Amino acid sequence: MGQIRLKFFARYAELVGTEERQLSVALPATVADVVRRARDEIPGAGAIPERPLAAVNLRHVQLDAQVADGDEVALLPPLAGG
Amino acid sequence: MLTKDPISPAALLAEVAAPELGGTCLFLGTVRDGPEDGGITGIEYSAYEAMAVAECQRILGEARRKWPTARVAVRHRLGLVATEEASIGIAAAAPHRDEAFAACRYVIEQVKERLPVWKKELRADGSVLWVDPQGRPAVVGPA
Repeated sequence: MGQIRLKFFARYAELVGTEERQLSVALPATVADVVRRARDEIPGAGAIPERPLAAVNLRHVQLDAQVADGDEVALLPPLAGG
Repeated sequence: MLTKDPISPAALLAEVAAPELGGTCLFLGTVRDGPEDGGITGIEYSAYEAMAVAECQRILGEARRKWPTARVAVRHRLGLVATEEASIGIAAAAPHRDEAFAACRYVIEQVKERLPVWKKELRADGSVLWVDPQGRPAVVGPA
């Protein structure tokens, strides 16, 4: 099992009522697996899209990217900077 | 790169100024309240700060590789920014104007596409909306 530090921002943080949760996942796992687990298990996270933007360890990634024990995975609402 | 204080164009220009750089381009993005925008009084900016800084550094690194003689400085506001105030400022200086305009344009377009920053519009009627640039904003409640 791997421990993932899962981070939520902006509207997603409001939906789940927190900015950070620890999640245990069976490895190997992808970001899509983490999203699926989060949507199933974390109250409010079911309203997050099935295919959100995501980042691992401060970098944008595709949902098929692998995650490792200790990774910081962030689910990002549509970006609106500038 | 991220700041809760007003953006100073003079400070940005000073950061990129050098005797050999004869063309300087300054871009300011300001909080807009146009006729179609519904009475916006301000925007609350938030970010995934650690990633926003890292992504901004990557963007500036790419600009340095594309235009090695140019110097670019960026500031993005966080927190409440009132209408007409700048939410982002970018200064790009290069030996000639073509590189300065190109580097400045590159950085703002990449920031728009990649920086993990979000905004909540605060409206005169008391409503608050998360902005989704790809779609309609969703009303989330009173201010």
